Amino acid sequence: MSQPAVQMSVPPPSHAEVSSPWSDAWRGFRRNRLAMIGLGIIVFFILIAACAPWLAPFDYKEQDLMDRLKAPNGEHWFGTDDLGRDIFSRIVYGTRISLWVGFSSVLGSIAVGTLLGIVAGYYGKWVDTIISRLFDILLAFPGVLLAIAIVAALGPSLQNALIAIAIVNVPVFGRLVRAKVLSLREEEYITAARSLGMKNSRILLHHILPNCLGPIIVQGTLGIATAIIEAAALGFLGLGALPPEPEWGKMLSDSRQFIQKAPWTVLFPGLSIMLTVLGFNLMGDGLRDVLDPRMKS
Amino acid sequence: MGSNLLEIHNLHTHFVTERGVIPAVDGVDLIIRKGEIVGVVGESGCGKSVTSLSVMRLLPQPPGKYAGGEIRFKGEELIKAREKRMKQIRGNEISMIFQEPMTSLNPLLTIGEQIIETLRVHMPIGKKDATNRAIEMLKKVGIARAESIVRSYPHQLSGGMRQRVMIAIALCCEPELLIADEPTTALDVTIQAQILDLMKKLNRDMGTAIMMITHDLGVVAEICERVVVMYAGKVVEEGAVRDIFANPRHPYTQGLIRSIPKMDEEQSRLYSIPGQVPKPGSITEGCRFAPRCEHVMDICKSKLPELISGANPAHRSRCWLNTTQEVAN
Repeated sequence: MSQPAVQMSVPPPSHAEVSSPWSDAWRGFRRNRLAMIGLGIIVFFILIAACAPWLAPFDYKEQDLMDRLKAPNGEHWFGTDDLGRDIFSRIVYGTRISLWVGFSSVLGSIAVGTLLGIVAGYYGKWVDTIISRLFDILLAFPGVLLAIAIVAALGPSLQNALIAIAIVNVPVFGRLVRAKVLSLREEEYITAARSLGMKNSRILLHHILPNCLGPIIVQGTLGIATAIIEAAALGFLGLGALPPEPEWGKMLSDSRQFIQKAPWTVLFPGLSIMLTVLGFNLMGDGLRDVLDPRMKS
Repeated sequence: MGSNLLEIHNLHTHFVTERGVIPAVDGVDLIIRKGEIVGVVGESGCGKSVTSLSVMRLLPQPPGKYAGGEIRFKGEELIKAREKRMKQIRGNEISMIFQEPMTSLNPLLTIGEQIIETLRVHMPIGKKDATNRAIEMLKKVGIARAESIVRSYPHQLSGGMRQRVMIAIALCCEPELLIADEPTTALDVTIQAQILDLMKKLNRDMGTAIMMITHDLGVVAEICERVVVMYAGKVVEEGAVRDIFANPRHPYTQGLIRSIPKMDEEQSRLYSIPGQVPKPGSITEGCRFAPRCEHVMDICKSKLPELISGANPAHRSRCWLNTTQEVAN
């Protein structure tokens, strides 16, 4: 037989612009209304945090003992607390703390967890055994309890609370990445990459890691919500932010004795925590729909 | 006939499992000459894929284990080669394509990125030159509009196009041997023919030898010059394709040929070889095919026949029928 190679007669798929799996995911995400609401809430809080000095009418630590426990009014939109501080201003500045704790602790957990998970999943054998048992031990403790123990050891401060939350969440990401790597290792395109003579490091960084990103992003978004709650819990217990830092959890615990006399002192910090957590959860669920378990076929 | 490119001598590849050692490849001899297309045929589990992964040294160890024999590529012993040397060989001197074109490309990288990456692993070549080379390669495997296809992602291509891309990636460094592990099994029949034509053309143009692993004798008839029939980890017959189709000497090969559907005959029922492939590890003495063979004799159950040739030295088979005939003659 000597006919020339058959040219594909089927026209290639029409793609005016290059549609990568990521841009496809974004298109799917945009169609999900709840997820977009979540994204809106998050953007809203990020803007508040960024513009805090211009939004807040008062200094968050300025006390006015003449104006204690004032109900919301024209001057103090969310009322004042037991020391006469403006709750609105404190909430606005508190947004910075919560978002900072949420994002940075989750980034820390992702960095350490992904590294350990990839190493465990790809190299297997005794390396996997050691790392997996370490995760098991960390997960054996209830999250907040472990965080309390770590903060107690390091000393109470916002930064130590952040570190504690990051450590607590490392195994969450580690296990996720390890499981994903184990399944990716069996994928034919990984065998194909090896059959083309690629080094382990290249396969890990260029082929396995990018394919783990979907689940990491989903879990990371949901993890920010958890981290914010954990930071509030530590703050509530007096183990996180120190006074006069306007941490939302701390504001809740400081005001709980006035819950009947001045409910606004707990209502607004509580609402803020709820709203941000809701935003991250909605967005995380939306991301899960488009990124997990598989991109798109 | 060119010189030998790949020589496999008495290869034993075992799987060490909790329930014992399974000899998946049990003393296989196989030779591929330069520029030749050799078919390796057999049912699932007969050891043909394990043989190919053994050549690439891609078998996960454990559970895989080289238990003996040698694999020589251009005279170089591969089983004992350093892993670093194997990385130079893979993709550059020996390449592989797989059965499932839907899953053998990375979904997150463009077609171009995947070809360029392979090129740059093996040769010092700039990004721009590599891109041009990638486009050229895509044209070579018959992809129209290669300039825009380099920028697309695997999910935007059909199965047949993806297999073409796989072939382009495998051949971009101009290897001397291409191992194709059932490259057409997952494709439509019409696309199958196109891919086989393409492989034949590339074999002619680039001189790449091809080891075609398949269970489909139709594929063998289409493109191979020689064929090796495997059964339960052993070679049972080998020879030129036309000799084997005209005069199959092993009852297993005969059965395989009889079970090809024929268009010109009324057949109410398709022939199938009775029984099943022996479970790996369950093999005892004697000929492995004996339990399913219609010509089984006493000697078959106790002693394994050798792979021997008859009048034609290039056509060898492993069956007592042929030895006794030869003795009788």
